[in-house]
Amino acid sequence: MGNVSGANVLLAMNHIHKNFPGVKALNDVSFTLRAGEIHSLMGENGAGKSTLIKVLTGVYLLNSGNIQLEGQEILPRSTQEAQKAGISTVYQEVNLCTNLSVAENIFIGREPMKNGFIDWKQVNKRSQELLKSLNVDIDVTKTLDNYPVAIQQMIAIARAVDVSAKILILDEPTSSLDEQETQKLFTVIRKLKNEGLGIIFVSHFLEQIYELCDRVTILRNGELVGEYEVQKIPRVELISKMIGKDLADLKDFDKMTEKSKASAEVFLQANQISSIGKISNVDLNIHKGEVVGFAGLLGSGRTETAELLFGVNRIHAGSITVKGKEKNFKEPLDTMKEKIAFCPEDRKLQGIIGDLSVRENIILAMQAKQGMFGHISMKEQEEIVDKYIKLLKIKVSDREQLIKNLSGGNQQKAIIARWLATEPELLILDEPTRGIDIGTKNEIQKMVIDFAKEKMMSIVFISSEMDEMVRTCSKLIVMRDRKKVAEIEGENITSENVMKAIAGVEG
Amino acid sequence: MEKLNKLTSHSLFLPLFALSILLFFNAVFVKDFFLIEMTDDGRLYGRLVDILNRSSSLIILSLGMTFVIATSGIDISVGSIIAISSAVCCTMLGGAGNGTAANPFIIAMGCAVLAGVLAGSWNGLLVSKFKIQPVVATLILMTAGRGIAQLLTEGQIITVYYKPFSYIGGTIPGSMLPTTIFIALAMVLLVYIVNKKTSVGLFIQSVGINPTASRFTGIKVNHVIFLVYAFSGFCAGVSGLIEGSLIRAADANNAGLNMEMDAILAVALGGTLLSGGKFNIGGSVIGAITIQTLTTTMYAFGVASDQLPVIKAIVVVILCLVQSEQFRVIWSNWKNKNKSIKNQTEHVPTVTHNLLQDKTVLEQQGGNKA
Repeated sequence: MGNVSGANVLLAMNHIHKNFPGVKALNDVSFTLRAGEIHSLMGENGAGKSTLIKVLTGVYLLNSGNIQLEGQEILPRSTQEAQKAGISTVYQEVNLCTNLSVAENIFIGREPMKNGFIDWKQVNKRSQELLKSLNVDIDVTKTLDNYPVAIQQMIAIARAVDVSAKILILDEPTSSLDEQETQKLFTVIRKLKNEGLGIIFVSHFLEQIYELCDRVTILRNGELVGEYEVQKIPRVELISKMIGKDLADLKDFDKMTEKSKASAEVFLQANQISSIGKISNVDLNIHKGEVVGFAGLLGSGRTETAELLFGVNRIHAGSITVKGKEKNFKEPLDTMKEKIAFCPEDRKLQGIIGDLSVRENIILAMQAKQGMFGHISMKEQEEIVDKYIKLLKIKVSDREQLIKNLSGGNQQKAIIARWLATEPELLILDEPTRGIDIGTKNEIQKMVIDFAKEKMMSIVFISSEMDEMVRTCSKLIVMRDRKKVAEIEGENITSENVMKAIAGVEG
Repeated sequence: MEKLNKLTSHSLFLPLFALSILLFFNAVFVKDFFLIEMTDDGRLYGRLVDILNRSSSLIILSLGMTFVIATSGIDISVGSIIAISSAVCCTMLGGAGNGTAANPFIIAMGCAVLAGVLAGSWNGLLVSKFKIQPVVATLILMTAGRGIAQLLTEGQIITVYYKPFSYIGGTIPGSMLPTTIFIALAMVLLVYIVNKKTSVGLFIQSVGINPTASRFTGIKVNHVIFLVYAFSGFCAGVSGLIEGSLIRAADANNAGLNMEMDAILAVALGGTLLSGGKFNIGGSVIGAITIQTLTTTMYAFGVASDQLPVIKAIVVVILCLVQSEQFRVIWSNWKNKNKSIKNQTEHVPTVTHNLLQDKTVLEQQGGNKA
């Protein structure tokens, strides 16, 4: 690796370092792309995939290292510069203008002129030809919103390829497409590959990587794990490299605390629940006093399932029963009344109300449940808040401190306190330990087990860290590509089994 | 110094400071500004009473506006809702020359306020349910509202001769102070109690700061947004009664004209950020009084009413600058540059420099609060 010389190397990024205040986002990462290949970039959250792409496309400036395009050193300082050099990106969310015509979208900013006016005939004709070359035959004079996301995606690709055609970066292009649309897109991508483009394909869908890609470069915690030929690396190995545990190491992983045992009583049951574009046909049972883990890679549908259970989104098919009664959840308040609580994944965006005090943040869910006019008296509020600050050991200067001034771990504890105050019977924790220090992580894991054991609380626990899941959960629901693929219980919960299930390998 | 810091970081510091400066100005330059006298029939009069009387409908408007702005919205239709409300009241009372009312007074008042609530609910529906941007949603009623008022009065200016109607904007016989002051006081008290005894305020702030997290916490975000617009309409409805009573007529074209801008200004002056979040009811009330004091002061100085907007604009610019983060950065950079130049040329302390420094401290602290 590093300076790969030889056959048709298109792009070489050598020993790239990129630091952000307090974080080494990229630490000596090298990446090589050959002409006429589809190369996947893989890694869990925070691995450095997007940072690497942003360095390549000129969004971030690298701290050290060099980038060579066709043997010549380049240093893009803006996306425009990168595009001029021949590097184009198509993002997850299509960034075209839906109210302009297809042709306008393709030629925006570089319209062919004739006598000082835009030559519309030319614009439309060339757009039509360009799309035809990608096997897309549509009316280019219609506005973009007439077409489904998949077609929009292809139009974005057409534009990117036409602007500059050496390297095409596809960032999660299939995340909002269905199976058929994905196949259509793949045909286009393969065609471009055969024309000699270098394509960087970022996706969380394992199946698609194996179906489409030639090589894969794996990153973890800002460092390079390695570059592999996709067909030569078994799935389990790929996943263990992403997660950072060798199978051999994991075989006899000792368990910290004794886990909680589920009671026979079922608290919540989901039958074949689906939500369009999110998950399909998921079945699950959550018993009282059970810690259920949702395992799977990012984008596998674990967060989406949790959000459905909490009523953030509505289910389009299937049913959810709580304590044997079928429920129709329309919004979070409905599920809160059934004593379900949810700590969301994105603490900053979905969790804290930054400019409110710790007290107000903790009291908020309880107050929402009681309604606007069921005011909790200040004295009562202070008692509750003090109780949980003590119980969860939240470090605050006083309860009126603004929550945004707390550390990540303490913010997380305050959000957990918010939900404990509602005395839930089912507590859903989505990535409760992300971005917080090791000490607090362990505290939270232990707390989870204690709640389940002592209060017979049911808990759904979602985490990207495998050992955390193995240590805390008494049952694991494994998800892949928005479907439930396995359920692992009791003694069978080992990292090896879970990885195999995520990868979809038997035995 | 610490005490000064504590004082200047108090949420009411900036609005009270602005008001004090104005009052100080008046005390020095306007004769008998603070003089309050009693008429033969036991009423108080003087410039201070006058200011409070004239500012009450603005105070009421700014109460509703504070909540709307706290949810990071804005309501520019309140001026037109005032026209609707006063048109409803006057039409129902009728313009009978013999001083009788066509409908009972209490019902006419009730319907006028109800019209305000309905108009506000319409705004609330557009913003919360249909997710139309607040400025656009309320722009609809801002332009159409006066037309609706015209329809109600059939294009006439209805003059009401029914005596009790004039008591709203005037003085009830036997009372020492104008009725408007009592109405404003009652509204402020109402808001204060609701704020203290319910969680409405908490929910409004929560929605204004982070609507996504609020939804994830079980708050019915749409209900909260709907309610603040409906309440803003209610406030405008009450103000409409006052404005109508002051001229004893329904003037669809001029009632409440441009008052939405004064209300927004009052809220901003009071220290509630237009980006939403934390609000400050006390600040808005003081802000409204400040604006009226400014107007009264300008009249006392003989500034013509059509030049008044210029003065107001200057005040707004200064206020916005004081609250602007960017401005403070530029200001402190400039100050530091001056300082370093001064250090280079040895110690030659000048009076201007000290003045600048003091002013910067004030601005920074005022800004911290904001």
